[in-house]
Amino acid sequence: MQVFKNALQLYSDSLGIREQRSKLIAGNIANASTPQFKARDISFKDAIDRATEEQKPVLKTHSKHFDINDEHIEVGYRQPVQAAEDGNTVEMPVEQIQFSENVTRYQISLSLLNKKINGLMTAIKGE
Amino acid sequence: MIDQIKNVFDIAARSLSAQQVRLNTIASNIANAHTKVGDPAKAYRPLKPVFEAVMNDEQGQDGLATVAISEVVALNRAPTKIYEPSNPAADKDGFVYESPVDQEEELVEMLDASRAYQNNLEVLSTMRSLMVRTIDIGK
Repeated sequence: MQVFKNALQLYSDSLGIREQRSKLIAGNIANASTPQFKARDISFKDAIDRATEEQKPVLKTHSKHFDINDEHIEVGYRQPVQAAEDGNTVEMPVEQIQFSENVTRYQISLSLLNKKINGLMTAIKGE
Repeated sequence: MIDQIKNVFDIAARSLSAQQVRLNTIASNIANAHTKVGDPAKAYRPLKPVFEAVMNDEQGQDGLATVAISEVVALNRAPTKIYEPSNPAADKDGFVYESPVDQEEELVEMLDASRAYQNNLEVLSTMRSLMVRTIDIGK
C-alpha cells in the first residue's frame, strides 16, 4: 500500500491544509466588523513542509518528555496593509483575494488528485 | 452557548445571524428616526449591537473564530428638543423630544452589514460546492 500512499499523500495533505486555511479566512471574514479582532492565517509552505518531512522517531528517555513530531500547524497573525482605527486587522479585499486564491488552489489539488487516482485505476485495470 | 467550531458552516451560520441582528437594529433605528415624545427620558435611543469574536479554544491556537453579538446597547445620546406646541405629545412648555437617530449613519451601517452578510454567504456557498466536488473524488 506504500505505493498508493506515495502517490496520493502530497495531494491529500495539500487538500487538508487548504481546507484549514479556508476555515481561518472564513473566520476572518466573519469578524470583519469586530473591534480588536486580529486576522489569522497559516503559511501553506510551512504547513506542507511539516506534513511531508520525514517523521524521525525521537528517543524518549523519560515518560514526561514531549513528542516533537506533532502535526500541529503554527497559526500566525496577518500583518495589515492599513490597520483600522478600532484595532481590527481584517481587510476585506485582502481576505477575499486570499480566499479565492485558496479555493482555486484547492480545486487544482483536487483535480490533480483525481487524475492520479484515475492513472492508478488505469494501471490496475490494465486496459 | 457555543459548543465548538468544527467547520465553515459553524462559522458562517453564527456570522450570518449576527449580521441579521445588526440589520434588525438598523431597521428599528430608521423606523424610529422621527419618533417624538413629550418626555426626554422616554425618547427612543438608537440601538447598537456589540460584536465579539468567539474563539474555538481559549488560547486561540488553532485560530478558528466566529462572531457573536454579546449585547445590544441603547446609545446614550441626548434627544433633539423641538418647539412644536401643536403636537399633541408636547409637554406643558410646547416642546417635543425627537429620537437622536442619525439616518445617514444608519444607512452607511446598513450597507456595511449587508455587504458583510453577502461576503459570508459567498464563503459558505463556495465551500459547500467544494465539498460536493470533493465527494465525487475518483469518479
